[in-house]
Amino acid sequence: MNEHSPITPMQAAFIRGAISRRTLMAGAAGLGVTALAACGSKGKSPSASSSGSVTPTAKAAQDMSDTEKIVNWSNWQQYIDVSDDEKSRPTIDAFTKATGIKVNYTEDYNDNDEFYAKVRPLLAGGEDTGRDVWCSTDWMVARLIRQGYVQPLDKANIPNAKNLEAAFQDVSFDPGRKYSLPWQAGFACIGYNTKATGGKKVTTITQLLTDPALKGKVTLLSEMRDTVGLVLLDQGKDPSNFTEADFKAAIAMIQKAKDAGQIQKFTGNDYTDGLSAGDIAACVAWSGDVASLSLDAPELELTLPEAGYTLWSDNFVIPAMAKHKKNAEQLINYYYDPKVMAEVEAWVNYIAPVAGTKDAVAAIDKDLAANQLIFPSTETLSKAKKFRDLTSKEESEFTRLFTNLATG
Amino acid sequence: MAEGAAVVGTGAPVRKPVRRGRWVPYALLAPGLLWLVVFFVVPMITLGSQSLQEGNIDDGYVFTGNVSIYADAVQRYWPHLVRSIGYAATATVLALVLGYPLAYFMAQKAGRWKNILLILVIAPFFTSFLIRTLAWRNILSDDGPVVAFAQSTGFTSLLQAVGLTSNDTLLASKFAVICGLTYNFLPFMILPLYASLERLDPRLVEAAGDLYASPREAFRRVTWPLSLPGVVAGTLLTFIPAAGDFINSRLLGNTETVMIGQVIDSQFLRVLDYPLAAALSFILLTMIVVLVAFYVRKAGTEELV
Repeated sequence: MNEHSPITPMQAAFIRGAISRRTLMAGAAGLGVTALAACGSKGKSPSASSSGSVTPTAKAAQDMSDTEKIVNWSNWQQYIDVSDDEKSRPTIDAFTKATGIKVNYTEDYNDNDEFYAKVRPLLAGGEDTGRDVWCSTDWMVARLIRQGYVQPLDKANIPNAKNLEAAFQDVSFDPGRKYSLPWQAGFACIGYNTKATGGKKVTTITQLLTDPALKGKVTLLSEMRDTVGLVLLDQGKDPSNFTEADFKAAIAMIQKAKDAGQIQKFTGNDYTDGLSAGDIAACVAWSGDVASLSLDAPELELTLPEAGYTLWSDNFVIPAMAKHKKNAEQLINYYYDPKVMAEVEAWVNYIAPVAGTKDAVAAIDKDLAANQLIFPSTETLSKAKKFRDLTSKEESEFTRLFTNLATG
Repeated sequence: MAEGAAVVGTGAPVRKPVRRGRWVPYALLAPGLLWLVVFFVVPMITLGSQSLQEGNIDDGYVFTGNVSIYADAVQRYWPHLVRSIGYAATATVLALVLGYPLAYFMAQKAGRWKNILLILVIAPFFTSFLIRTLAWRNILSDDGPVVAFAQSTGFTSLLQAVGLTSNDTLLASKFAVICGLTYNFLPFMILPLYASLERLDPRLVEAAGDLYASPREAFRRVTWPLSLPGVVAGTLLTFIPAAGDFINSRLLGNTETVMIGQVIDSQFLRVLDYPLAAALSFILLTMIVVLVAFYVRKAGTEELV
């Protein structure tokens, strides 16, 4: 990979996409990801586990890693570095070259619920899902662990796990990181296409849900925690510490916008096509998606709302009955090398969970290391909130309310 | 049928071998019956029992015989059911209007082009259903030439006036969903129509002319009645899958065009409310069976089934 080529346009995109509306101050050079600790522990979170039941253990298949040099990795769209001609993925190629392990990289993770529905019957039946590793969002990891669908990671195969940023070390959904290691973290924010908005900026969720100029050209994420999280923040509530009434008030606000014909639909990661084409004028989006898309499309911009935004992480997990567990662990180990992670970040624009990434990036380009989306300052992070853990009961009740809204 | 099969195998007048051959038709039917039992009857029973369960995904579902779920489901999703039937019926009529002349031309007038036209009708099936629907998203894209043309000719205003779209674009509207449904199921309409129109003896139409029937009268009293089996088969093959479709409304529609298939999909996969999803599936099935039974009776083509 030509290490410099993606970075210069990156800067441009970054300036268009984020700096322009964010105050990038002295804090930029500051604490970086370590500051996540501050926001991760904010708010009181009830335990995610269901009524005291014992966590079932995931079944392991016979590991074929030594005879079959393959690893099957399912991931989200726009979530890894690609070469300039978009034909290869440099860090994956380098991994294959170094280890001889072929990576079957599939972008079939469009939405947590959708993906869960796809693999659940196989996991419940004790069968191989055909995947060795995938990246699930924190709350989904909690569910997968609770139901015994993911295997503990063998840290002996992942010596680089020591590079895990302290902020990601002890998380409520996986204390001690026994089952999961973060791949990327990021913000849910507002993305918009200035061509479709007629040059208008979209700066708040209230504007997104009420501005007549956007009528019928707004999409929201079917990922409940991101969409509802942003609305809660807009209403002055804290997603890391809210009540059922707050949740219902947020739902009511979305319902009102929907009844007024403001919302076109609810989408998974596939919103990126419509936003690029201009069929979607503005939407709830994931920060890195919009930032990396704007490389080729300067009309795409993103707003981190002043009222605050949600912070999430997607995590590597190895499902039960995975055939190439050791290979998957080697893959995770490879990406926990800060130099490798730096290459990924230059492309995906998300927050790196690997300590030392910032130094590795700074060695290539100092400006990139100041990117608020990759290495957020304490100020940027102070407005980022995590959606609190939900009890099983809350999870099914809230999902029901939200999905009924989306399809009602 | 039993006698028929035996007669072919043994020759008519001999009696004993007829008795011996009686199992043959059953043996021939067995694979098909087995298929139906394993892939239709058993899933239907499972689905039925699932719809009467209560519980949640973590603790599992238990059978409680909760029949009230059907009333709740109908009450809550009545608009979606009506909408699905409405869209499917509209798409079926459109497919018939578009497909009939084409099938007639292919069967009666195309001559040596017949096979090429047939291949063209079937060709879209070589790509996946999903890709074809996604292609419509590009075709109807707000910045695309189709929308520009429709806007300049006032077509978009017309659609907006009749309520098929909500603004001056085409995507994410009733119009787009119905277009997608019509397009995706059109071949299912054309092929049965073609099959029945191809058998039509042109001399019958000639004879009608000789008896002083105008072309319109000849069509009404000869061609149309003779093609009726094709019309019934085509409309059923279009209407039934269209009513349960969830891809077109999801990709081409908006939050006001949600069809029942999409609700079932999200209840099954997202909310993980299996009983409600199963109940809705049964309700949809019943509605379609009733409508189809009524329609087939009205259309009066016993020889079809």
